[in-house]
Amino acid sequence: MTTNLTNGHRHSFDLVPVADQPQTAKEFKSDQEVRWCPGCGDYAILAAVQSFLPELGLRRENIVFVSGIGCSSRFPYYLETYGMHSIHGRAPAIATGLATSRPDLAVFVVTGDGDALSIGGNHLIHTLRRNVNLTILLFNNRIYGLTKGQYSPTSEIGKITKSTPMGSLDHPFNPISLALGAEATFVARTIDSDRKHLTAVLRAATEHRGTSLVEIYQNCNIFNDDAFEVLKAPDTRDDFLIRLEHGQPITFGAGATQGVRRSASGSLEVCAGDDPAVLVHDAHDDDPSLAFALSRITRPNLAMTPIGVFRDVARPVYDDLMTAQLEQARAKAGVGDLASLIAGGDTWTITRPAPDETTTRP
Amino acid sequence: MQLTGDRFTSETAAFGNDLSTLPNFPAEIRAPAGTLPGVSSFQLQFADHDIMTPGDAPNVLVAMNPAALKANIADLPLGADIIANADEFTLRACQRIGYTGNPLEDGTLAEYRVTGVPLTSMTVEALKDTDVSKKEAERAKNMFALGLLSWMYNRPTASTLEFLERKFAKVPEVARANIVAFQAGYNFGETTEAFSVSYEVKPAPMKPGTYRNISGNMALSYGLVAASQVTGLPLFLGSYPITPASDILHELSKHKSFGVRTFQAEDEIAGVTAALGAAFGGSLGVTTTSGPGVALKSEAIGLGVMLELPLIVVDVQRGGPSTGLPTKTEQADLLQAMFGRNGEAPVPIVAPNSPSDCFSAAIEAARIATKYRTPVFLLSDGYLANGSEPWMLPDVDALPDLRVTFATEPNHTDARGEPEFWPYLRDEETLARAWAIPGTPGLEHRVGGLEKADGSGDISYDPANHDLMVRLRQAKIDGIARDVAPLDVDDPSGSAEVLVLGWGSTYGPIGAACRQVRARGLKVAQAHLRHLNPFPANTGDVVKAYSKVVIPEMNLGQLAMLIRAKFLIDAVPYDKVNGMPFKAVELADVITATINS
Repeated sequence: MTTNLTNGHRHSFDLVPVADQPQTAKEFKSDQEVRWCPGCGDYAILAAVQSFLPELGLRRENIVFVSGIGCSSRFPYYLETYGMHSIHGRAPAIATGLATSRPDLAVFVVTGDGDALSIGGNHLIHTLRRNVNLTILLFNNRIYGLTKGQYSPTSEIGKITKSTPMGSLDHPFNPISLALGAEATFVARTIDSDRKHLTAVLRAATEHRGTSLVEIYQNCNIFNDDAFEVLKAPDTRDDFLIRLEHGQPITFGAGATQGVRRSASGSLEVCAGDDPAVLVHDAHDDDPSLAFALSRITRPNLAMTPIGVFRDVARPVYDDLMTAQLEQARAKAGVGDLASLIAGGDTWTITRPAPDETTTRP
Repeated sequence: MQLTGDRFTSETAAFGNDLSTLPNFPAEIRAPAGTLPGVSSFQLQFADHDIMTPGDAPNVLVAMNPAALKANIADLPLGADIIANADEFTLRACQRIGYTGNPLEDGTLAEYRVTGVPLTSMTVEALKDTDVSKKEAERAKNMFALGLLSWMYNRPTASTLEFLERKFAKVPEVARANIVAFQAGYNFGETTEAFSVSYEVKPAPMKPGTYRNISGNMALSYGLVAASQVTGLPLFLGSYPITPASDILHELSKHKSFGVRTFQAEDEIAGVTAALGAAFGGSLGVTTTSGPGVALKSEAIGLGVMLELPLIVVDVQRGGPSTGLPTKTEQADLLQAMFGRNGEAPVPIVAPNSPSDCFSAAIEAARIATKYRTPVFLLSDGYLANGSEPWMLPDVDALPDLRVTFATEPNHTDARGEPEFWPYLRDEETLARAWAIPGTPGLEHRVGGLEKADGSGDISYDPANHDLMVRLRQAKIDGIARDVAPLDVDDPSGSAEVLVLGWGSTYGPIGAACRQVRARGLKVAQAHLRHLNPFPANTGDVVKAYSKVVIPEMNLGQLAMLIRAKFLIDAVPYDKVNGMPFKAVELADVITATINS
């Protein structure tokens, strides 16, 4: 096996065994009763993932879903793959241990805005910077669901919830900006109800070798209903969404009447859709500054919300590098020999049996 | 100073003495020299017979400055030799740490045999023709002192000369300077008449075999590599640097040719959870830490209990609570290891009793973890971690065969008669659950921290099932008692009334104390627990067979509390928490007093 250390040479699941037969979505449904609230956006994501997994064509037993705690983290129970529902915030670290020790597995992390960005924020940023070969699906509903309706680290400032009767004081995280700041190599956003877009983003994320972070806007119909409605309703979505596509002009509005260009100062500004200065999206640009600027362009009312792949660049992958070090060590020193290891450099040998008495003290 | 101690130890080991060491240093990396908190010391006992401790009262103290003298003088018996670096004993330096005058000259040390040697200036003089600066020359004074001591005790010097060549291979002038300083110290001893005697301590009679000197952290690292080999599971270490455990991370990171993966995580929690993730994939998952790290890992260890996956948690205990005394030893994490999780979450505990014993204790921890699919605590401590002793190398071919068998076939039939895999079906004897790793076709399953239905492993909130599962998990751990060696009692008289019971690193001092008590003509029995949870099956019989059970611990009576609670005996705790191991004589006095009471 040769080791190429960039994803330009190796695809995401090149080391994962492929299935002998075509698969169906049904084969990825477990026998467990799905226990999300009726109407929850998680159902749509589950259905999209179950439909998408056969497309990967990987052996089902080589796929693992790891989750933390929260509504979204029940996800692994409903998939007929290997899975672990772990503890709050730690799924990226668990998945790091699994993925780095088992390059033959396709490892997914399912997490939420509280799990990934609050209690697990540290693991998320370190996983992203290491670029472990994982696909992270971050369900962002901007609320705590399982604990019954407190504000989350992505809730808008001033939000009235059970724990913030006078409005939340916390400035929210923007998960895309955070991921880009943590030097993530793949960052994308999609929406639970847009099956086609969600599937396309999953496809791009799973083709990327390294950590892929996919933020999925997900509706919590109990505690934060319609939080993303303007991005979904047929009469508003075209005006509110900016659909990012690599190599395409960054335009929005019905009929692509508006576009995004750089102002004289270098910041982004809105222009006419046919303005010759309209920016062309380059997800593969090593310089993350445009991706970051796009992540900041959204207005508080969600106008100008970019979805799609913000960034998709190649960087050496942590698990590949670790495997390469093991191979280098073996190439240099051979497979380790325990007896010579424990003997170390300085030994001495006693050949005579010990005398019975020890009265030789001076 | 630690390097100097290490070299003297190596020379002594190579000579064939039995030995035991006690490095003792501040937590600060470059603590201010010449101050009491900045003193770094290295205590070594060596003998022509087998010994169990670094010694209570050194016969020789080499004091490189007044602070080193003041910090250690209390340990010396009257008449001991003191070799002091006279250059550092200026009036100002002496007064800085509270002496009124120069103790080398004002009669303060009249009861000792004091030799002031201008170590610094003699080193500088010896190095005046070499290519190093005066400052670098001064730094070689420790090697001058080592050379002097090597002469006094007839140590073989070849290994130190080789070591210096190797260590400073990239800066030959520094290597040269250190070698010249070392030889100058040796020659000074030979030619001066300041020291009327040199000592000959013959090699100790030892069992035939090949030996090396080894510290606890090194032995523990090797034990983990060996455990990986005998279980057939690749070793995955998830760890965050922490004193005094970091050396295990350093050591294991060198052994990639054994397939060892070391992951320096972003925090303690990621260290243990990555190890657990690797264990889910079929690795031997290990995390190494000290007490504060265990506190952070508690939730993940509880997850390991629920997932019933093998995991080794190495806790190299240090002084606590909180940050406590990072470089000092203590045994105060026993109850944390026993109970420091939410819910009923039993975890087996294995504790090595000497530096070299860390090797086999690590293999034992792996045996229990893999056989019973459970997290296991390996409780070392700072004294074991940094202390060293001769170790007769084990025959690696004679290590136990602990190969793990993963599930590869369905183990149950569903309602329609189709074969399926139930991850929580248990082995009838061990109660260990079936372990199938990802990549095994047909056995896809989900595990998690929510309560499991007995057998199927599905989520279950059923009250009766929870009660059953809590008891099953406890019974599984309790059952390990049948699978560990019985508690062995050392009672040469066969009629002792008093038993001294210990665990962990107190084995040496307790053993040495028992020898002293017996030398006083008294009878005492000694037993030492290697398994703290569960206790060996005969533990109750042992402790109830004596009229008094003394339990010395470097905590406020944690084992004593467990023994009292479990066996309803009036155990007598003897506790010390000053960051240092027990002295044999203090324990001998306690034991003697108990016998006589």
